[in-house]
Amino acid sequence: MSLLNLQLKVWRQNQGQPGHFQEIQARGIPDHASFLEMMDIVNERLIKDGSDPVAFDHDCREGICGMCSMTINGIPHGPEKATTTCQLHMRKFRDGDTIWIEPFRARAFPVIKDLIVDRGAFDRIQQAGGYVTVRTGAAPDANSILVGKEVADAAMDAAACIGCGACVAACKNASAMLFVSAKAGQLNSLPQGQPEKDRRTLGMVRQMDKEGFGNCTNQYECEAACPKEISVRWITKMNRDYAIASAKEAFVGTTERTEGGE
Amino acid sequence: MSAVFDSLSRFYASSIGKKILVALTGAALVVFVLGHMIGNLLVFAGPDAINEYGHLLQTALHGGGVWIARLGLLAAVGIHIIATIQLTRQNRAARLDRYGKEASQVSSKSSRTMIWSGLTILAFIIYHLLHFTVRVGNEYNSAAYKTTLHGEEVHNVYKMVIDGFSWAPASIFYVIAMLLLSSHLSHGVSSLFQTLGLATHRTEPLFKKLGHAFALLIVVGNCSIPLAILVFGYGR
Amino acid sequence: MSLDSKTPSGPMALRWSKHKQDSKLINPKNKRKYTVIVVGSGLAGASAAATLSELGYQVKCFCFQDSPRRAHSIAAQGGINAAKNYQNDGDSVHRLFYDTVKGGDFRARESNVHRLAEESVNIIDQCAAQGVPFAREYGGGLANRSFGGAQVSRTFYARGQTGQQLLLGAYSSLNKEIARGGVKMYSRTEMLDVVVVDGHAKGIITRDLVTGAIESHAGDTVLLCTGGYGNVFYLSTNAMGCNVTATWRAHRKGAYFANPCYTQIHPTCIPVSGDYQSKLTLMSESLRNDGRIWVPKKKEDCGKPATQIAEEDRDYFLERKYPSFGNLAPRDISSRAAKEACDAGLGVGPGGRGVYLDFAEAIGQFGQKTIAERYGNLFEMYEKITGESGYKQPMRIYPAVHYTMGGLWVDYNLMSSLPGLHVLGEANFSDHGANRLGASALMQGLADGYFVIPTTIAPYLVTQKPGAVTTSHPEFQKALEDARARTNRLLNVKGKRSVDSFHRELGLLVWDKCGMARDKAGLNEALKRIPELREEFWSNVVVPGSGSAANPELEKAGRVADFMEFGELLCLDAREREESCGGHFRTEHQYPDGEAKRDDENYCYAAAWEYTGDLSKPTLNKEQLTFEEVHLQVRSYK
Repeated sequence: MSLLNLQLKVWRQNQGQPGHFQEIQARGIPDHASFLEMMDIVNERLIKDGSDPVAFDHDCREGICGMCSMTINGIPHGPEKATTTCQLHMRKFRDGDTIWIEPFRARAFPVIKDLIVDRGAFDRIQQAGGYVTVRTGAAPDANSILVGKEVADAAMDAAACIGCGACVAACKNASAMLFVSAKAGQLNSLPQGQPEKDRRTLGMVRQMDKEGFGNCTNQYECEAACPKEISVRWITKMNRDYAIASAKEAFVGTTERTEGGE
Repeated sequence: MSAVFDSLSRFYASSIGKKILVALTGAALVVFVLGHMIGNLLVFAGPDAINEYGHLLQTALHGGGVWIARLGLLAAVGIHIIATIQLTRQNRAARLDRYGKEASQVSSKSSRTMIWSGLTILAFIIYHLLHFTVRVGNEYNSAAYKTTLHGEEVHNVYKMVIDGFSWAPASIFYVIAMLLLSSHLSHGVSSLFQTLGLATHRTEPLFKKLGHAFALLIVVGNCSIPLAILVFGYGR
Repeated sequence: MSLDSKTPSGPMALRWSKHKQDSKLINPKNKRKYTVIVVGSGLAGASAAATLSELGYQVKCFCFQDSPRRAHSIAAQGGINAAKNYQNDGDSVHRLFYDTVKGGDFRARESNVHRLAEESVNIIDQCAAQGVPFAREYGGGLANRSFGGAQVSRTFYARGQTGQQLLLGAYSSLNKEIARGGVKMYSRTEMLDVVVVDGHAKGIITRDLVTGAIESHAGDTVLLCTGGYGNVFYLSTNAMGCNVTATWRAHRKGAYFANPCYTQIHPTCIPVSGDYQSKLTLMSESLRNDGRIWVPKKKEDCGKPATQIAEEDRDYFLERKYPSFGNLAPRDISSRAAKEACDAGLGVGPGGRGVYLDFAEAIGQFGQKTIAERYGNLFEMYEKITGESGYKQPMRIYPAVHYTMGGLWVDYNLMSSLPGLHVLGEANFSDHGANRLGASALMQGLADGYFVIPTTIAPYLVTQKPGAVTTSHPEFQKALEDARARTNRLLNVKGKRSVDSFHRELGLLVWDKCGMARDKAGLNEALKRIPELREEFWSNVVVPGSGSAANPELEKAGRVADFMEFGELLCLDAREREESCGGHFRTEHQYPDGEAKRDDENYCYAAAWEYTGDLSKPTLNKEQLTFEEVHLQVRSYK
């Protein structure tokens, strides 16, 4: 194990006030520590010095809860592929490195404090249709709904999204398309999700727009930053589902929908 | 009736709706760009070929064809530009605070400069139309640029092109615009398949290559004309 | 006070149906008048909140995370058990019930476990209908895998993310109800206390973690779905935010805390690498199918690279001690064996706290490709964390705390000894006894939330006039003031030591004296030290910042203050229980071969501790456990 001396440029901000970068010398950081443990060490020293520790979101620290959310050297969750900040380890950095640590930046993710942002927009998008309307106790036997293995596997690929918001943070337009498309796509591709497919797609996309996210310009920084490697093909699917749902909404009446078996 | 329009206006108001319109108009413009280039390349087949082609365009549907095409193109360009400007403004607003340290992992330079390549191309189109279609600030509408083809007096497109590109600044601007168009297409062509929901895991790499090949084709094809004229003295 | 478990009588298999039939109902028009407070949004909380809202109750749901989707249920990897018998391998509700009672080392309440087994099948139906992407066969039916402690294949799974996918299913139902207006969700809101009015839980005090506002919320009943207390050990596989505050505060207000000493240790975690370590990461136990566990025979070899230690100098201690089960010995047994080896000075890696998990032989036999296909993601995770490749050198593993079977005592209706306070999921004590089987935690959380509480809440609510108590009641004012005073007290100590340093010290102490193996002398030491540490905490902790804004240090301080009190009860319970069972191993009580020695004659009860105002002298209430269907027997894995 070796020790690293690092120079941090950390974003500091209080809610509703302008923020700034603070330079912090992080000396003697064990290279076996995780990035968040490095932050713990830095905070411990700040507290000892009587300063305000850096506030950051974190919880499970095993890459699954989606709570941790730093942009490290311009890349959400840092440079290592398919890795959340909590699973990034300091051995990926070199002695003497300067590390920029910023919040996930987006108008739809207002800063609460320092590196903590409000990702409530994601919850509201899901409330706008990210579910199958099924009452507890009203479900048929699980094996009465057959789902082919390939379909189930694809739905699982989409469902792997941990809702961290790295896609938004990585997109130069702060677009939430990867997140929304993964969530809508999981249900839209399963038989359980068919009856509400159009309503879901329209509802979620409209809420996404309302939240102030940007638009997709097909550059796929989202996919590159995603710790769960969600594919941008889900965005393709959402574009398609949305076009169809809009066309039906505009031109097809309820009677025809009934004929269509919806 | 109003239900239909309400829905359509909601479609346009949405992010994906606008993008789909940008993609559809982009597709129309891609087809136009290809057709326009093929027509232009007739300049290498000699004066009669391109003059006949020009005359055909002017007289199709008793002269109405060219106007239908022009109005169609104007609409496509208009929607393409208005929607992208609106989208770009929304996108800027969605990321008010920029990163202190900016980084990108996979996006191409072309994709990050679409609005600038696009707006420069717009400026070029205006110049190009004034230059060769409206023909202001030059003599191209005068009798010197009339010729006879199959006993009919027609516009001498061939001479106009040769003379037009013999002036270095026009050729240079043209070449620059074509390079930007190529950059625009290298992202735009594959992008439109994505926005229209047509890309798949299998086809996406093909669309990407197709986009790059198409961009290359357009830049080589179109630039060959001014370069041949200005550098190699073709037709002069 | 006598503990009435309200367990129905009659044949075991009919008890739950009978109970449902006998339970009072509330008509739909009246349900709307009741407000239910749900604290926690994990599997138990989210499923309960969504289902109660569907039934028509007004629900307020609280979580400290930024979104209900992030509750720690998401971290469960392996799967969820259900007695569907889709494999036609002889599974049944009775068999699942039997395995769970036996796996719990005969310290769970039989009737509850039977109900859990009955509801397991409905959970799978519910989750599949929500669109949870369970693993499937090519024909479209659900796939199963086998798991520890069972001879049938009854575990349903969604890649390595079963917990996350089930929680997202419950969260989607919750979202549906939030959108409909039946649930009001309060994220980034932490519960600080329970409000008791006339002996009934009628509300909670919360702190808004964004603005710092301390507020009160009234309801007709309170549901605690706040998970386990594994973080009392500081290092555990729990999320950083997991805490005992909700259940501990309820305990102080009259809810009995049952069996806190039942803590589960998972053998295959990545060892601690230094004192900066904040959390432990679990790797699937399946690794033990192909990996061989060993330590050097000689202390002087411990520092050498593993590959330089000759075959004859290695001690494959599990294979040696448990020849028939070998490296697949159960969790508690494997964990203790690893600890013994390390205690003997034979551990490897930083601090000598690790044993090797060696794949060299398996790689030689099947090739690296096959091993990578089986465990590739785990090898990757190991490399990410340790920087070492498990293909080139043995992995290092060490046991870690990852689940707590103890929790607030509840009756058959999931109501605690504090009337009106219901407790669901890991937060209660009821279903796993002294040891939980793999893939059963998810099952319990969802059974409680989707299917049990919607039925068992009515018998309490019918006795209550809806909306009778509001936050203007003096008890709410008092509780609010208490919570504000406590927060101010934490901020005003202005000492020298950080919250984390106290938590770390407490964790090390509890782990050392009340971890994998316990003895009276050690527990006495801990019981002496914890009150001292607690006193030091309250006189020397430093909490920077203010209470009127986001302040993560203040949040931690409140939680650690409660762990400081809870840790004492944990050790008291461990000292009181003079037997070894499941996750509780008292070194004084073992067979000559080192196996756990249970004492059914004297300790076949649930220990429900009652707060008396003196942390060191709680009152012990006992609920005698009877075993009518599954007969008491000794677990043996020789």
